Amino acid sequence: MNNYLATHVATLPPSGIRKFFDLVATMKDVISLGVGEPDFVTPWTVRESGIFSLEEGQTMYTSNAGLFELREELSHHLSKTLDLSYDPHHEILITSGASEAVDLVMRAVLEPGDVVLVPDPSYVSYAPCAILAGASVNYVPTYAKDDFRMRVEELERVYTPKAKLLVLSYPNNPTGAIMNREDLLPIADFVSKHNLLVLADDIYSDLTYDQTHVSFASLPGMKDRTLFVSGFSKSYAMTGWRIGYVAGHPDLIQGMTKIHQYTMLCAPIMGQFAAIEALRSATEAKNDMVTAYDRRRRLLVHGFRQMGLDCFEPLGAFYVFPNISKTGLTSEEFAEQLLKEEKVAVVPGTAFGPSGEGHIRCSYAYSMEQLQEALKRISSFVERRLNI
Amino acid sequence: MLSDKDRTLLKLIAQDCRLKPEELSIQTGLTVEYIEKRICDWEKEKVIVGYQPMINWDRTGDDKVSALIEVKVLPQRGYGFDKIAKRLQKYPEIKALYLMSGGYDLSVLIEGKTMQDVALFVAEKLASLEHVQSTATHFVLRRYKQDGIELMGEEETLQRLVVSP
Repeated sequence: MNNYLATHVATLPPSGIRKFFDLVATMKDVISLGVGEPDFVTPWTVRESGIFSLEEGQTMYTSNAGLFELREELSHHLSKTLDLSYDPHHEILITSGASEAVDLVMRAVLEPGDVVLVPDPSYVSYAPCAILAGASVNYVPTYAKDDFRMRVEELERVYTPKAKLLVLSYPNNPTGAIMNREDLLPIADFVSKHNLLVLADDIYSDLTYDQTHVSFASLPGMKDRTLFVSGFSKSYAMTGWRIGYVAGHPDLIQGMTKIHQYTMLCAPIMGQFAAIEALRSATEAKNDMVTAYDRRRRLLVHGFRQMGLDCFEPLGAFYVFPNISKTGLTSEEFAEQLLKEEKVAVVPGTAFGPSGEGHIRCSYAYSMEQLQEALKRISSFVERRLNI
Repeated sequence: MLSDKDRTLLKLIAQDCRLKPEELSIQTGLTVEYIEKRICDWEKEKVIVGYQPMINWDRTGDDKVSALIEVKVLPQRGYGFDKIAKRLQKYPEIKALYLMSGGYDLSVLIEGKTMQDVALFVAEKLASLEHVQSTATHFVLRRYKQDGIELMGEEETLQRLVVSP
């Protein structure tokens, strides 16, 4: 039936992660460091309010934009935590996870022929969403020597007058890199100079260590140029609830709401009620999770460096991205051989873009015991490879 | 006031006092020397008063009975409740002792082998003390949560995909 598939779908390459997932799924007793979601269960107070909303019979559609109470709470939250000012009436749209928000941004602003500038490596969805919206992608390579921060020189190198949208995804999946104010200011000049829009995927903004996240939208003059995307999945361990949001200029939000109302109608109501509770009562639970991630992050970075591998210190998200090129293996070879020999699953860096070559992504959303066991196994694998 | 890094360190020790200074150092970024000195100071200052595992005795099959006793006490001039509390805390049967606001004064947690043991202790040692006006004994029937640890039911198992973006 392949001939029925639209060409742009048939030719869309499958996710590199999917390929690896299929391989891991065939094996038993695997310790996986391949998961991109928290290992915590949603804090009880949040779960309880979801249950309560069901008991109250809250099982209907909400308005397309999402419950006003949630948008209002979000508006306060963004102002308090990230110095962002969004009107809950016209500037915030609640979506089914941040993934839908990314898709909406792309579909609302892109036309065939447009080019999207996407950091490389980065989360797997940006390029496919851009392609499905009829646009094409120019990757902006980032390097370990720059702590995987995006540099204007690289942006200028890949820039084309057809570029319309720049994706900024910091803290970054898979590298764990962050961009502070000094790093972002030259990017803001670049964006103004070339009259670009920015999709700021700030989904990991709460998961930073020793640093406070600076949102691109909070820089002078950047609010109207930025579509701020985030959600509850990572900060509050709420991946399965599917609640995200996008905030930005009312004209753009209105355009996205049009697509959202025809294709999604609204985000799940139970998740929206739970999200309100998360913002009101789960700050301490969130901070405790961040503290736990920080311990594990330090453990993994220390572990990889002990093995003799270069491992840049990630200051955000919950991934480390060590350089494995000393072993003489490519990312894919390393991941496949490690899986077969030691039954540890990690994701090859190339699953996130060509600049991920020479690296593997290891998630530390696991218990200390699992991480320690995984490190032990990876260490003996690396030792064997370095001694050849 | 505790600094943020000291608070993190102390919380870690409270969660798992088996962690060695070397492990604490890796997980916090503080030096081993600093950690050893802080622990030593806290022990001297009685901030850290002991290192005990949390044991769910109900699962051991050993006989053990606990009771919470509400005690009304006549405060003593110049001492308030401290004098009687000092005396009570010496009893090894008393596992916890609090001064309370509300309808009674002291809350006493007692552990014994049998209900008889506990009843005898209350009658002979506690109720008969001078200044004690009355006692009300509540036996613990089942422990559901202790020191922040849920004791009942299975642990929530995560059903995550093995690899996800």
